[in-house]
Amino acid sequence: MDDAPASTLSALEYDPAPESAALARLRERYGLFVGGAFVEASDGATFETLNPATEEPLAHVARAGDADVAAAVAAARRAYDKVWRKTSGAQRAKYLYRIARLIQERSRELAVLESLDNGKPIRESRDVDVPLAAAYFFYYAGWADKLDHAGFGPDPRPLGVAGQIIPWNFPLLMAAWKLAPALAAGNTCVLKPAETTPLSALALAEILQQAELPDGVVNVVTGDGSTGAALVASPVDKVAFTGSTEVGKLIQRRVAGRPIRLTLELGGKGANIVFDDAPIDEVVEGIVDGIFFNQGHVCCAGSRLLVQESVAEEVLRRLRRRVDQLRVGDPLDKNTDVGAINSAAQLEKIRELTAFGEREGATRYTSPCALPERGYWFAPTVFTDVAQTHRIAREEVFGPVLSVLTFRTPEEAVAKANNTTYGLACGVWSEKGSRTLWVAERLRAGVVWANTYNRFDPASPFGGVRESGFGREGGRHGLEAYLDV
Amino acid sequence: MVEVSPAPLRLVVDDERALRPRPGASVPVVESEVQLRALLRALSGVDAVGAEARAAKLATRSLKRETKRAAIDLALSMVDLTTLEGADTPGRVASLCAKARRPDPEEPDTPTVAAVCVYPDLVSTAKTHLAGSGVRVASVATAFPSGRASRAVKLLDVADAVVAGADEVDMVIDRGAFLAGRLGEVFDEVVAVREACGPAHLKVILEVGELVTYDNVRRASWLAMLAGADFIKTSTGKVAVNATLPTTLVMLEAVRDFAESTGRLVGVKAAGGIRTTKEALRYLVVVNETAGSAWLDPALFRFGASSLVNDLLLQRRKQRSGAYARPDRISVD
Amino acid sequence: MSERLDVRKTYKLLVGGAFPRSESGRSYEVVDANGLFLANVAQASRKDVRDAVVAARSAQRAWWSLTPYNRGQVLYRLAEMAEARAGELSEQVGRAEGTRAGEARASVGRSIDRLVWYAGWCDKVGQVLGGQNPVAGPYFNFSVPVPSGVVGVLADQDSSLEAFVDAVAAPLATGNAVVALASEARPIPAVLLGEMSATSDLVAGALNVLTGRTGEIAPVIASHEDVDGLDLTGADDDFAGELGALAAETVTRVLRGADPQDRGLKRLRAFVETSTVWHTIGQ
Repeated sequence: MDDAPASTLSALEYDPAPESAALARLRERYGLFVGGAFVEASDGATFETLNPATEEPLAHVARAGDADVAAAVAAARRAYDKVWRKTSGAQRAKYLYRIARLIQERSRELAVLESLDNGKPIRESRDVDVPLAAAYFFYYAGWADKLDHAGFGPDPRPLGVAGQIIPWNFPLLMAAWKLAPALAAGNTCVLKPAETTPLSALALAEILQQAELPDGVVNVVTGDGSTGAALVASPVDKVAFTGSTEVGKLIQRRVAGRPIRLTLELGGKGANIVFDDAPIDEVVEGIVDGIFFNQGHVCCAGSRLLVQESVAEEVLRRLRRRVDQLRVGDPLDKNTDVGAINSAAQLEKIRELTAFGEREGATRYTSPCALPERGYWFAPTVFTDVAQTHRIAREEVFGPVLSVLTFRTPEEAVAKANNTTYGLACGVWSEKGSRTLWVAERLRAGVVWANTYNRFDPASPFGGVRESGFGREGGRHGLEAYLDV
Repeated sequence: MVEVSPAPLRLVVDDERALRPRPGASVPVVESEVQLRALLRALSGVDAVGAEARAAKLATRSLKRETKRAAIDLALSMVDLTTLEGADTPGRVASLCAKARRPDPEEPDTPTVAAVCVYPDLVSTAKTHLAGSGVRVASVATAFPSGRASRAVKLLDVADAVVAGADEVDMVIDRGAFLAGRLGEVFDEVVAVREACGPAHLKVILEVGELVTYDNVRRASWLAMLAGADFIKTSTGKVAVNATLPTTLVMLEAVRDFAESTGRLVGVKAAGGIRTTKEALRYLVVVNETAGSAWLDPALFRFGASSLVNDLLLQRRKQRSGAYARPDRISVD
Repeated sequence: MSERLDVRKTYKLLVGGAFPRSESGRSYEVVDANGLFLANVAQASRKDVRDAVVAARSAQRAWWSLTPYNRGQVLYRLAEMAEARAGELSEQVGRAEGTRAGEARASVGRSIDRLVWYAGWCDKVGQVLGGQNPVAGPYFNFSVPVPSGVVGVLADQDSSLEAFVDAVAAPLATGNAVVALASEARPIPAVLLGEMSATSDLVAGALNVLTGRTGEIAPVIASHEDVDGLDLTGADDDFAGELGALAAETVTRVLRGADPQDRGLKRLRAFVETSTVWHTIGQ
């Protein structure tokens, strides 16, 4: 198609349509946000955060040690005792509304910053991450003065200081999921962003300053796993963690026996179940959204496709054609569908598991898309002939890799979907509502999407069962995690 | 039921990514209403939320630079420049034809539009003024736009247009019969019109705004294709809801699937309400990513529009000069 | 040198997003708490009520079809607008109610906070008032609150802004459209709020504000067959009985009045209907 004359297009080969990286207002150095001010780490330690699409450093970020974490927790405690616990719900609401508005006002900057630091396509950070982050603040702002009506009895009290550890897959959005309900309920927070994606949380800290949120109500400590461990070991009243099941178990052990309330939002191996009467074109889109959204770096990704045998061939044929169309590349290009893998370590893990999939006998199909030379990339991949025993059917890949299995009856679909230690999310595709509800009732998953996938809304509770964690984020239910009820 | 002979295999696509018919593919011969009903019922449903989300996502595609320039020219070459007013006169049609031949006289390399679309009584006027230009003459027929006339009257209407020299005939289906479930009647009528068209290409207007649901749009698309339509067209432009992006998406899915299962390529015409370059380019993106590159051709995709051309011409100038052009530079027709 | 002469404002109705003088061309004199002339305010007629109800009916569909999140944003935007014009509101509340500046400002502050409170309810009433019903059988059964439709509001006669905000924001938050008749003697703050609503992305016609003679207009609203709900806060007991009887002709929902200081959900619940869906569950 390259030699086709421009006036008679044989295909629309989109020219690059990149966002300008300058919109992110990147700074060379970022400090910790403690007690309302940006400070260096007490030992001056820093780490580099990279652009995963180019492997080039973006900024130096302070690395919080034990002393810094202690200072942040102390600042949160002071702010809780002296200010925040005495601040009325209506006042707290107004701060949260301000934050929501500031995120909306600075949305483009935040979107570009997020795509730079995380590698996700600008279309997603612009259309999903940032607007949803604002929406969570907006929604929970509305709860701050209505806690009496949330169903937890009259005058429910906050817990105190919350230590919150968030992952790298939706850095800003996860910060919003954690901070908004905590602040609405009257807690103060120490937030620990992921090591590879600290920047948007620090931009959010600037927004908190612009909102004139009282000092110490929110503190941000950046660093690696040891920073998170220090936070969990601190005298906090609550720990909220989103991340891998492995680390979640570790945290649960660490807080065992201490007066700490815990919520965990961990991994998953979501089944996307397709019945033969499903709307096929939307099914294909749903499968693609389910596994290739955010490069598959989604704990609730529909990483197992369970398709009824009678339509398996048809679905797979259409799916392959659609996978070939996915545009992989520069996250800042507005036409990019799949961006960069967030880190070298994650890329290695995906490679290892997919290599295992081939060794175990599954058939691999990889999109023929061209990949950039530098940066961390993995082409969208679909495994067929997958058996329940294969590692790629059981372990969370956390990448753009789909495992396809088939079933014959609704019972078999449910049995296979539930044959996992996880239980975060599932999808059901059918035009028959009765069957969808029958299946949904039997699925052991915190969320079931019917004829859609990967939908999030501040009004809707999200969270897992079994080894996908406990506690809910979103909706009235999400308040419970931050109330002493 | 009238028998339809399988249409000739026209699939000539060398593009790697383009679809190919499955082995042994041909257009099924529809012999009874029962069979037709079964064929249409076997089609997958459309989830409205998903289809609209897909269209909205594709609408965020950003065409820049060379792609945009090429896409504007392509869109121009796909326009059926249309006038369908009670007040139409030979003079009005003549000036429209002049515009069709040379859309932008100051920019001689501007592509001509695909066709000029008029009522049957003005076909001969259009034919005269377009002679030698390569621009085709399309005529609406079959008691356009309501289609509420007897079969005999509709066929006479078609014959009138064809005799006057129409290269393309845009018929409307009987939505009343379709919605009442008299599918055989709708089918037979398309077949009869197809025959009356002779060598003229047949575009079948579904009037999606009256069919309302995407499931109906998909079934009506297949019905028209099975009955021999060369094109399926969204709308008359005369009702409240005309072409929309998700409706066009569903129709493009239908022509893609039809080509795959029968080997026959059917075109799509989006008509009514498309006024800006921005909207037109969104349609081209949906064409590109749904039916595929084979349909990026005036032989397989058209816009039924009147004011769209002027916006395309303005944007075309903007692409070349870098400055926004003054609307007065473009002729008002 | 003479002092600069101020430019005075004409206070008009708000109907369907436009600001007409009354269709009747009438106006009436409004004075402040000390009896001094404030303005000639439009005096609505029966036909203005008719137009307002038509506008509200058509706006209600559009307003309710927005996402609850969107409706919340719009009401919050109204609070932002009111905050920006708090000085003007305070002055008019003070003059209308005869309160000192500080007290009037505080009242305006409470009014704005009340708007914020209701803004937050838009995407929460569904969870609080609705839910799943555990029926005995293979059915998924759930109930959701839906708006009654068009709500006529007879605003409180004394509290010119605070009670007005409470009475109109609650039905708006639950997705209703409102035709409000402002306090007869103290209409100006309500008219100002109407003006602000027109710059808050509120669907045109979702809030209509009429000014005029309560005795003349209230029965027209109460007896209007296309009004689904009626808030009678601004009527005394006898008049409320009369209006309530008119409303009974079309089984219109009636709220006798609620205390704006009350933080309960009386007003939110007043104009919602419970809609219940049964769906089978089976393979």
